[in-house]
Amino acid sequence: MTDSSSIILSLTIWLPILGGLIIIALGNAKSRPLALAVSVLTLLVSLPLYFGFDKTTAAMQFTEKAAWLTSFDINYALGVDGISMPLIILTTLINVIVVISAWEVIKDRPAMYLGSFQIMTGLMVGVFSALDAILFYIFFEATLIPMFLIIGIWGGPNRVYATIKFFLYTFLGSVFMLIALIYLYIEGQTFSILGMHSLELGPKQQFWIFLAFLVAFAVKIPMWPVHTWLPDAHVEAPTAGSAVLAAIMLKMGGYGFIRFSLPITPDASARLDGFMIAISLIAIVYIGFVALAQRDMKKLIAYSSISHMGFVTLGIFIAFILIGKGDTAGVALGIEGAIMQMISHGFISAAMFLCVGVMYDRVHSREIADYGGVINTMPYFGAFMIFFSMANAGLPGTSGFVGEFMVILAAFKTNFWIAFLAALTLILGAAYTLWMVKRVILGDVANEKVAALTDINRREFWMLAILAVFVLLLGLFPSLVASVMHASVENLVQHISISKY
Amino acid sequence: MDNLQIATPEIFLLTATCVVLVIGLFLKPEQIQLNYWMAQAALVVTLIMTTSQIGDEAMTAFSGAYGIDTMSASLKSWILAVVFGGFLYSRDYLSERQIARGEYYALGLFGTAGMMIMVSATNMLTIYLGLELLALSLYAMVALYRNNSAASEAAMKYFVLGALASGMLLYGISMIYGATGSLHLNVINEVLAGGNERSVGARFGLVFIVVGLAFKFGAVPFHMWVPDVYDGAPTSVTLFISTAPKIAAFAMLVRLLVDGLPVLHADWQQMLSILAALSVIVGNLVAIAQTNIKRMLAYSTISHVGFLLMGVVGASAEGYSAAMFYAIVYAFTTLAAFGVLLALSRDGYEAVELDDLAGLGKRNVLLASVMMLAMISLAGVPPLVGFYAKLSVLKAVIGGGYMWLGIIGVFMSVIGAFYYLRVIKLMFFDEPVVQSEVGTATDVSAGLAVNGLALVVFGIMPGLIMGVCVAAFA
Repeated sequence: MTDSSSIILSLTIWLPILGGLIIIALGNAKSRPLALAVSVLTLLVSLPLYFGFDKTTAAMQFTEKAAWLTSFDINYALGVDGISMPLIILTTLINVIVVISAWEVIKDRPAMYLGSFQIMTGLMVGVFSALDAILFYIFFEATLIPMFLIIGIWGGPNRVYATIKFFLYTFLGSVFMLIALIYLYIEGQTFSILGMHSLELGPKQQFWIFLAFLVAFAVKIPMWPVHTWLPDAHVEAPTAGSAVLAAIMLKMGGYGFIRFSLPITPDASARLDGFMIAISLIAIVYIGFVALAQRDMKKLIAYSSISHMGFVTLGIFIAFILIGKGDTAGVALGIEGAIMQMISHGFISAAMFLCVGVMYDRVHSREIADYGGVINTMPYFGAFMIFFSMANAGLPGTSGFVGEFMVILAAFKTNFWIAFLAALTLILGAAYTLWMVKRVILGDVANEKVAALTDINRREFWMLAILAVFVLLLGLFPSLVASVMHASVENLVQHISISKY
Repeated sequence: MDNLQIATPEIFLLTATCVVLVIGLFLKPEQIQLNYWMAQAALVVTLIMTTSQIGDEAMTAFSGAYGIDTMSASLKSWILAVVFGGFLYSRDYLSERQIARGEYYALGLFGTAGMMIMVSATNMLTIYLGLELLALSLYAMVALYRNNSAASEAAMKYFVLGALASGMLLYGISMIYGATGSLHLNVINEVLAGGNERSVGARFGLVFIVVGLAFKFGAVPFHMWVPDVYDGAPTSVTLFISTAPKIAAFAMLVRLLVDGLPVLHADWQQMLSILAALSVIVGNLVAIAQTNIKRMLAYSTISHVGFLLMGVVGASAEGYSAAMFYAIVYAFTTLAAFGVLLALSRDGYEAVELDDLAGLGKRNVLLASVMMLAMISLAGVPPLVGFYAKLSVLKAVIGGGYMWLGIIGVFMSVIGAFYYLRVIKLMFFDEPVVQSEVGTATDVSAGLAVNGLALVVFGIMPGLIMGVCVAAFA
C-alpha cells in the first residue's frame, strides 16, 4: 500500500539522518566539510517544498504514504501544508548556519557533534511533516536524544543538571500526549492526524484530551509556569545547541497546538481559552520583567524567548473569542501572526544566541558585567548585534515586528486590555534587549579583555549576514511566508468554528 | 507415542546436555573452553530445529500433555537465541573466575530445556516439571561460585523463596485439579466453562497460582528476592536469570491463565492489575535510590514485569501479543545491558557500582554505545524498540478499559527515565576514574554490536517481531 506523490519529504528527513551517521562513522578528520555538504544538500533538497508549493489549496501536499506497522495500523505518512512547510524550510536553513557556527569552535569530538545536529535536523523535519500521530510522536521524542547528548557532552559547567531536567520535563509532557493519542485511536480506529481532526468527541473527552496535549506542548513551547527547564538548558547548551533549541525545538510546541489541540479539541480549546490567554499574558508580561533582571546574556535571551512564545499562544487562543464575535478575518490574523512570530523568532533567537556565542568564544564569559564598549573593538559585530537586538525588540522593518503586530491587532479586536498587556511587551522587549546592548556593546571599553577583542572573521560574518538578510526579508516582505499559509489557516479557522457536538 | 517429532528440539537439547556434562568430566583444565563450544553448538542446532517449527500446525503429543503452536515455537527460538548470547558474553568472565566448569554450561542447558518445556506444556504438571527443571538449575548456578559468600547467601535465599513459590503454585494446581478433575489445560477450561465458573475451589486455586506466578516473575509484593539474588549472584548468572526465564515465565502465565482459566478472567484481571500497578510504582521508585547497578537493574526488572503484566490485564488477544512482544524485547535489551557489565568485569574486578561506568564513553565507545541504546530502549524512548513494547502494552491496557493503569504506567516510566539517563550521564558526561581502555574479545564485541544494532533495527521495523506476536494469538 504505497501512495506517494513525491519523495522530497523523505529525502529531507533521511538525508541528514544518514549523513549524520556517516559523519560519526568516518570520524573527526573530514567531519566539517562533510557536515557542510550534508546540510547544504538537505537545504537544497527541501527548497522545492517552498517553490513548488501550491498556495491555493489547504490540502496536504508532497504526500507520501506507506504501510509501516500493519498490526498497529501505523503508517509512514508524510505531507505538508502552509503551516508546516515554512517551519521545515526554517529547520533546514538553521541547520546550515549551525554547521558554520561550529566550524572551528568545537574541538572535542566534532564528528559526533556535527553528526548529532544532522540527525536532529532530520528528526525535526519529521516532526513537522508527519501525518500519522505515532510517527509524529516518534520524531517528537527522538529529537530529545541528540539534544540530551549535545547539552550533556558539550555544555557548560552545570550541564548535567540542565540536560536531565530538559529531558525529563519534555518526556513527562509528551507521555501524556501518547495516552491521548492511544485513546483517540481507540475512539476513531485511526492514527491518521487528519482522521483525528474529523473525529466526533464529547465535551468531557475533549477536555481531558486537551489537557493531555496541553501538558506536552506547553512544556515544549514553553509556557509559564512550566518554562523553568528552558533557561537552564539554554545557558548550559553549546551555542549551536541553544540556537537550535530556540529556533526550532520550541516551535514544535506551537506547531502542536495548531496541528493537534485546535482541530482535535476545538470545543475544549474554546472553553479553556480564557485560561490559555491568561497564562500567555503572564508569560509575556511577567517573564518580560524577569528578563529585565538577568545578568547572564544567554539567560536574558532565553527569557525573551519565553515571552515571545507567549505571543504565539496568545495569537492562537484569542481565536475563540473572535469566533464568538463572528470575526473570522480576525481569527486568521491571530493565527497567522502566531506562525509569523514562530518563523521570525527562529531567525532572531538563533542570531542572538550566535552573537553571544561569538563573544563567549573570545572572552569565555556570558556575564553582561564583563563586557562594555564591544563596538569599539568589534565594529562589524556590534552592528550585527544591534540590528538583531532591534529585531528582537520588534522594530518595524524587521521580521520581529510583523508577527507581534498581527497578534496585537487581532487582540485589539477582542478586548482592549488583552491588547494593552500584549503591547506592553514591545516596551518591555525594547527595554531588556536594548539595555543589554547598551551595557555590552555601547559605551567605553570596559576592561582589557574587551580591548583585546578581535572583530568577527569571514565565517562569522557570513553566518550572521545570512540571518540578517532573512530577518530583513521577512520584515519587508512578510507575504513571502504569509501568502503560503493563507489557504491552510482559512481551512483551520473554518474547521475550529464548527462545534464537534 | 504419536507426534513425538514435535519434541525433537527438546530431546536433542537434553541429549546434547548430557554429552556436554559427561565430556566435561574428562577435559583437562586447558581444554576447558571446549565445554563452551559444545554448549553453543548444541544451542545453535536446537535453535535451527525450533525455528523450522514456526508456522507449523498446532499439535499435541504425550497424551495431550505437550504441544506446539506459533507462540511456543517463536518463544522457544527467542529463548535459545538469548541464552546463546548470554553464554557468549559470560565466557571470559567465567573462565577468569574458574567457574567455567562443564557443570556451568550443562546447568544452563538444563535450565534452557526447562524453559522450553514450560513454553510448550499444555498440562499443569508438565508446566510444573519444566519450571522445577529451570529453577533447580538456577539455584545451582547461583551457588556455583562457592568461594563467594554473597553468592552462597543469594543461592540460599533464592532456593528457599523459590521453593515456597513452587509450593504455592503446586497447591493452586491441586485445588484446580480438585475442582475440575483434570490437569489438562483444555479440559480444565471446558469443565469450568460448562457451568462450573462459580466454583470456589477453582478460584481458591487461582489465587495460589497467581501468587506462585508473581513470585517467579518477581512482581510486587512478591519481589523481595529479586534484588538480593541479582546482586549476590555472579553477574553471568544474573544475566541468565534476568533474560530468558522472563520469556518462559510469560509463557507459563499464558498457559495457566489464558489457556487454562480464561473463564475466571474477571478474577485474575483484578489481581494482575494490582500486581502490575504496584510493580511499576515500587520498581521505578526504589531503583532511583540504588548505587549498585545490579540492584538498579533488579528494580528495573520489577518495573518491567509490571508493564508486561499490564498487557495481560487487558485480557484481549491484542494484550497477550503486546505482553509477548514486551517479554521478548525486554529479554534481549537486558541481555545487552548485562553483556556490557560482564565485559567490564575484568581482571578480577567486578563492575557492580554505578560509578564503575564513569567515563566509559572515553574508555570503550562500543560498550558505552550499546549500554546507552539499552538504557534508552528500557526507558521506552523512540525510536528504539523498547518504545513499541510500551506503546503496544499501553494500547492494550487502555483499550481494555484500564485507563488508570495506563496513566500510572506512563507516569512511572518518566520517573524510570531518570535512572536510565543517569547511566548515560555517567558514561558520556563524566570523566573516567580509571583511564585504561577496556578490551573485549572480537566475538564478544561483534555480539554486543549486533545486539545493540537489533535494538535500533527492530525499533525502525518493529513489525518483524510484532507480526509473530500477533499471529501467536490470532
